[in-house]
Amino acid sequence: MVRQSLLKLGLWLMLLMPWSAQAVLTIEITGGSENAMPIAIVPFGESGVSAPEDVSEIIKNDLAGSGFFAPVDESDLISNPHEREDVNFNDWRLLQTEGLLIGKVSSNDGEQYEVQAQLFDVYTGDQMIGKRYKVPASGLRKLSHQIADLIYEELTGEKGIFSTRLAFVTEIKGSDGNKRYALQVADADGANPRTVLQSTQPILSPGWSPDSEQITYVSFENGNTEVFVQDLASGQRRAVASFDGINSAPSWSPDGEKLALTLSRNGNPEIYVLDINSGDMKRITNNSQAIDTEPVWTPDGERLLFTSDRGGQPQIYRISANGGRAERVTFDGSYNASPDISPDGNYLAMVHRSSSGFSIAVQDLRNGALNVLTEGGQDESPSFAPNGRMILYATQNKGQAVLAAVSRDGRVHQRLSESDTVVREPAWSPFRQ
Amino acid sequence: MKPTKLSWVLLSVFWLSACSTTGDKAGEDDDMVDVEDLSGESADSQQGADSEGADGAEARVEVGEGAFEGDELNDPDSPLSNRVVYFDYDSAQVRDQDVATLEAHAEYLAENPDVSVRLEGHTDERGAREYNLALGERRALSIRQILMLQGATRDQFRVVSFGEERPAEDGSNESAWSKNRRVEIKYSGS
Repeated sequence: MVRQSLLKLGLWLMLLMPWSAQAVLTIEITGGSENAMPIAIVPFGESGVSAPEDVSEIIKNDLAGSGFFAPVDESDLISNPHEREDVNFNDWRLLQTEGLLIGKVSSNDGEQYEVQAQLFDVYTGDQMIGKRYKVPASGLRKLSHQIADLIYEELTGEKGIFSTRLAFVTEIKGSDGNKRYALQVADADGANPRTVLQSTQPILSPGWSPDSEQITYVSFENGNTEVFVQDLASGQRRAVASFDGINSAPSWSPDGEKLALTLSRNGNPEIYVLDINSGDMKRITNNSQAIDTEPVWTPDGERLLFTSDRGGQPQIYRISANGGRAERVTFDGSYNASPDISPDGNYLAMVHRSSSGFSIAVQDLRNGALNVLTEGGQDESPSFAPNGRMILYATQNKGQAVLAAVSRDGRVHQRLSESDTVVREPAWSPFRQ
Repeated sequence: MKPTKLSWVLLSVFWLSACSTTGDKAGEDDDMVDVEDLSGESADSQQGADSEGADGAEARVEVGEGAFEGDELNDPDSPLSNRVVYFDYDSAQVRDQDVATLEAHAEYLAENPDVSVRLEGHTDERGAREYNLALGERRALSIRQILMLQGATRDQFRVVSFGEERPAEDGSNESAWSKNRRVEIKYSGS
């Protein structure tokens, strides 16, 4: 069912954007949905000019695609109500769903649409959500994600992530044998993919600004690594680090004013903090024998976690964002790298090597417990969703480079792939502010 | 030596084939740029050139005006023709079998102080990309270190790491990985 609706989604996008030859990232649930919460979503009623987007279908795909909800099959729905007075709660209780979503979409002119959405507790008959919106046709998709976010939050107690975006890098081998790289940004459901940068040279390590309006990345376009900062709306960009040696691994500070990054301009990869506006650069690590790289900020902006092989093998360390002495954080296994911290600061996601290869693992920073979440192979580049529930990462599926996501508890697994395209280096955006 | 169009063509052919033997398709663009850079600098270099037999740099300096024959760099039987050094997994340690090759390059660079090389460090695809970027640089620096210990000077080198981003061979198996853990020695101009 999910797959069918995805196909439909893909077709829609092709119709909406005939100028774009871009493939679309499609999401499949690959494990864990057996524990999902059942929910009844009645297709919204339509009146007047029909809508260019199927609002209830988008909501359903969002909730199903999260892995935390199991929408009841349309054929199993008892009736087709669009208003409260048409709902017979006694009937709906038989389905044993947590909630019932009904609604309607209407427009007189095909430009402005009125959308009504109501979520009921079928046991008490209480209305949990009741909203009415007026949006232009172009805003229907975004509104659908916002309604899905409200439902997710109401039923799970956590903020929904359906209005967020993903950044990732694609690689395509052209007919001339040369590879072409693109930095792309898409909605969390893969829709509306947009190319931020295209290059014949590799691109890596995209990262979002806290307001999600800018993006930083590393580009080889001039023959060596350089760190760029780019405004997503205008496309304006500038190189903020182009020194001799490595300029890489940028990570935006929570206050939006600084980048932590890796430079080897003094002969060895070290962590620096760059003030984006003034250009002031402060060196944080000083260990000429070791690789220090992949800094990420703690949510309070006070400290950095980074990868270092100062102990002989790559492990994750913590240091004050002003420098000082680093303390080791990871102790399980011989290879732990690519740290990412959950937005609440409690969990550390990483690439962890075991006998089965490279997996994504999470360490509870409060008690040190490590939980390996994926089977292992070539999993890399973990990135927390802004609600901390899912971790997006890059992996291989049947020889193809794809993205995948796993819930922090390891139960839900998703795959995000684009046909005939290498997809990697994912970065989940913050919530829109 | 009379400048001929033929020598230019031969030089181009040599250059292209040299590129393709490195197995680095994406690198061709850069190498072509280097050729242009060289011809741009050729006027200066030629002024003070008291050549005692053409070397690699001279050959390219004289693009359009001379020839390159006799250059040891172009001799397919010379150890200098070996321009790729391979590494063990997660290691920047030079293997015994590459010592002779590196000695030849060091000697050549010491004898030709105007010649410079670019050392490109690479890793296989396993593990963290950013860590691999640093590891690729460590490999290139380890080659530089050895060449400098044997007489080359620091300003003859430019070090670039591509990490795992430019594999010589695609594929997720030890055969491909072993070809990708490498440093490429790329000669450019004076």
